[in-house]
Amino acid sequence: MFVINCPYCGEREQSEFKAGGEAHIVRPKQPTELSDDQWAEYLFMRKNIKGIQYERWNHAHGCRKWFNMVRDTSNDKIKAVYKMGEEPPTE
Amino acid sequence: MKKNLRVKSSKFIDETYRIAFKFNGIKYFGFKGDTLASALLANDIHLVGRSFKYHRPRGIMTAGSEEPNAIVQLHDNSSRTEPNVRATEVEIYEGLEASSQNCWPSVNFDIGGINNFLSPILPAGFYYKTFMWPASFWEKYEYFIRKSAGLGKSPTEPDPDIYEHRYIHCDVLVIGAGISGIIAAKISAKKGFKTLLVDESPYLGGSTISQNSEFFKLNNQTSGSWLEKEIHEIKKIDNLEIKTRTSVAAYHGYNFLLARENLTDHLPIENRKDKTRQRLLKIRAKKVITATGAIERPLIFNNNDRPGILLSSAIKKYADLFGVSCGEKNIFLTNNDSAYETAISLVQKGIKVEAIVDNREQVDSKLLFEIEKNNIKVFRGFTITDTFGYKRINKIQIMQLSKDGQKVIGSKTNLSCDCLGISGGWTPAIHLYTQSGGKLKFREEDQVFIPKNQSVDHLSVGSCNGDMTLNEIITNLLKDLKLFLDINDTGYENIEVLSCFNQSKRNIWLLPSDKNLGKTKPFVDYQNDATAKDIKLALREGFRSIEHVKRYTTTGMGTDQGKLGNMHALGIISETAGAKMDELGTTTFRPPYTPLTFGTIVGRNVGEFFDTFRKTPLHDWHVKNKAKFENVGQWKRAWYYPKINENMHQAVQRESKAARDSAGILDASTLGKIDIQGSDASEFLNRVYTNAWSKLAIGKCRYGLMLNEDGMVYDDGVTTRLEENHYIMTTTTGGAATVMSKLEDYLQTEWPELDVYLTSVTDQFATASVCGPNSKKIISKIFPNLDLSEENFPHMSFKNTKIGNISCRIMRISFTGELSFEINVQANYAKSIWEKCIEAGKEFNITPYGTETMHLLRAEKGFIIVGQDTDATMTPIDLQMDWIVSKKKYDFIGKRSLYRSDTIREDRKQLVGLLTENPKEVLEEGAQIVADIKKLPVEMLGHVTSSYYSPNLDKSIALGVVKGGKNLIGKKLIIPMEDKTINVTVADPVFLDKENKRLNA
Ligand SMILES: [Zn+2]
Repeated sequence: MFVINCPYCGEREQSEFKAGGEAHIVRPKQPTELSDDQWAEYLFMRKNIKGIQYERWNHAHGCRKWFNMVRDTSNDKIKAVYKMGEEPPTE
Repeated sequence: MKKNLRVKSSKFIDETYRIAFKFNGIKYFGFKGDTLASALLANDIHLVGRSFKYHRPRGIMTAGSEEPNAIVQLHDNSSRTEPNVRATEVEIYEGLEASSQNCWPSVNFDIGGINNFLSPILPAGFYYKTFMWPASFWEKYEYFIRKSAGLGKSPTEPDPDIYEHRYIHCDVLVIGAGISGIIAAKISAKKGFKTLLVDESPYLGGSTISQNSEFFKLNNQTSGSWLEKEIHEIKKIDNLEIKTRTSVAAYHGYNFLLARENLTDHLPIENRKDKTRQRLLKIRAKKVITATGAIERPLIFNNNDRPGILLSSAIKKYADLFGVSCGEKNIFLTNNDSAYETAISLVQKGIKVEAIVDNREQVDSKLLFEIEKNNIKVFRGFTITDTFGYKRINKIQIMQLSKDGQKVIGSKTNLSCDCLGISGGWTPAIHLYTQSGGKLKFREEDQVFIPKNQSVDHLSVGSCNGDMTLNEIITNLLKDLKLFLDINDTGYENIEVLSCFNQSKRNIWLLPSDKNLGKTKPFVDYQNDATAKDIKLALREGFRSIEHVKRYTTTGMGTDQGKLGNMHALGIISETAGAKMDELGTTTFRPPYTPLTFGTIVGRNVGEFFDTFRKTPLHDWHVKNKAKFENVGQWKRAWYYPKINENMHQAVQRESKAARDSAGILDASTLGKIDIQGSDASEFLNRVYTNAWSKLAIGKCRYGLMLNEDGMVYDDGVTTRLEENHYIMTTTTGGAATVMSKLEDYLQTEWPELDVYLTSVTDQFATASVCGPNSKKIISKIFPNLDLSEENFPHMSFKNTKIGNISCRIMRISFTGELSFEINVQANYAKSIWEKCIEAGKEFNITPYGTETMHLLRAEKGFIIVGQDTDATMTPIDLQMDWIVSKKKYDFIGKRSLYRSDTIREDRKQLVGLLTENPKEVLEEGAQIVADIKKLPVEMLGHVTSSYYSPNLDKSIALGVVKGGKNLIGKKLIIPMEDKTINVTVADPVFLDKENKRLNA
């Protein structure tokens, strides 16, 4: 079970958090302009990477804030956490 | 003829404190400090159980948690009964009752023992191969197998004991309080780290504490007495917490560990009352040091499983720690120096050692010379080829090993004995290390797997790290600890170590016999009765992966997870298949390291805390008025209120009729309520609901449908505009939490520019819904100053009002199709308002109704219940609710998905009404709907989602989803049931008052 460093609250047990899937998938501003394929790409297609993955997490039993996490799925090491709207770390 | 084999007093045993206990119904005595195993051995009892498959007599084999044989049932036929307990770990207490497992009718006469004679036809995979055919016979086989096999019995009564969970946070956790653990913990704590030291046994010091030999010294004291002083010192250190009887079960990522602390199992039963029995410790440590030691290996030879055969280290522990001799004529079989350590210990205590059979030919060992000085015969380069004695070993047969160790040569010699100690060297206890994700490497010299690399937050020390001599242990421990804790000194810089252990070892995984392998029984896994033969058979049959061999032969699959024999299984596979040990790898060791009781796992989450439930503020009223309850999510909701002699059907029919004929009242407090405020609140609602919200006037209510981004219906409910920038949204009871989360998600991540604030107020408000043609009269009695005229208070509108000082929000909205008013008040006034309604409604026979009646009434009107009539594959169009989907709005959640190629298909399942040919016949919810049962395979068109007998229409009504249902109105379909087929006609889903006249009655 991870220890997650919530960008708003600090280190907390994983049991306080909820995972929210792949990060940085922006909802299209004009969905009606999209073809079925383009919309399906947004709606269904998610990566499942072995290695560095960008993920959304929610401090559900805490401040209830959503934030992003960079996690190495091969060893579960959390590389970084950052607030929604912030750029992912480049390293 | 009972013997007493307590040969020497020990400081770990209190001989002034005698304890009576029962084993298999017979009374014995032991002393405080004894384990069940040591007390049995002191009474000369070795035979304690039967093996799993062949039911061979088995005896105590070890002195620790790795025990495969001495598995007992405690307190049979009582609520405290516990199966699969290791006799080597149970501390005896007054009143202890233990019995052998896996033998029926008794350990001395066991019917399953016949399997032993059948063993030539019971090879590996036997159960898979034989009892699986013919499949229909399995039930018959199973009955017989279960009765004679089975490991113990589970209790049938509730567990009377108390368990709890506790979090512990520390800088350094040290697992294992042997010599390495004690030194590591002391250094860590002295350097200021908040340290926790745990050990599974009741005392500290591991195997060293009873080491009283001139051959192993620290600072010129025997290692045992040196360690005793260290233990005395660490008990005084403030920031060091010590927990004995605490076994680490699991080591997860991020240094999260689970441990079981045993608090009362060693106490007499009458002293346990009201005390916590076991505690599950959830430990989060910044750094973890494993000092879990090593487990002695047995040796694999013909008939190596008889009672009286023990690990050499176990014999030493029973003698040194408990003062118990395991036999009067002891022989040892070894491939290394360990057995000599034990033999010297026995000789010191005056226990007779007959001989030592050593696989090694040439040994330059001080320990060996010491033994020969005592005129004990040492057979160098020999092995045991067979053993004798059914319920206790009485004789061994030895022969010389060939040069390559693969054969025996020369003549046979028989030696008589009543106890045989075996030592195949040591296996580092790396189980916890690998659980945490640690990788292993294989060390050829002594054929062991050891940790591959240390990490910044974990360190293995002592023999679990592969350091087998006192010298190595101390040197490496101090060196590694300095790096790991980032400290300059340890305080042990000048320690002097004397260690006479010679590390030479002759490793032969499967010792040869003069007989064919096929005619021998060399057990590898004692608990599961897997032999070397079985492993070779599995390889012959084509199994290659170690994980497959394990499952096929069941090697390592017992409750001991093969702590003793796994290495030999690997070794035999490696030799037979010609693969390198390193490449084979080990099987996965999964938590728990030793079994945990269910009580410990669930802790206090039992009884009413097992699955906590939510009660509305009116719950007590419902209870008093004899409501039956149903679970809706975590809520307990009033289901129906039966009168005397009424069954559910009768109650629901009465309630439904009353609500339409005069007045009914429902507790709707469980509906989710979300308070929405902010200057962009209207825009926000526009985006999350399918219909338009900007033009909703203040004081008006509107029904909304919420979709997922995939276009499927997610939730529904009525939202009211309280003020310009203030709404109150209601959600379904079950959907409240997820709707809240979803809305927060969109607000925070997709539309952070919106000025909107969400607050869940579900628990803050209670709701009484009064419906029926007389509801207006009742409301006007309670709120005489409120203008209830159509003009002032029309359908789908809201008023703020008061009774005395109590503020009430009244919505005129309806889920039943009747004229109805929902009164929302602060939760703590709920009961008073509810009782006022009941009082005012008396003259109109106001009838409280539950969720069942609510469901029936809404079904008469064709109103959907999200989650019952929908299942995450239904769009609003499928529900024939096109009217609620705004064509004008540019976007809302799920809009784009409503015209994907799949969602616009005409033949999707659509919601329709169903009327049975026989109006008295009520359909079963979930029943399949078909058109033609003759054409095979029968095409399933859909299923029934809601079905009731309507007292108001006096006929059966149902809702269902049917492929292309919209275009099938009037068509006849069939519901095939087990014993009949039911004819139905597809109908409009609105059965009653299609013109909505009743809303304004
Ligand atoms: Zn937080």
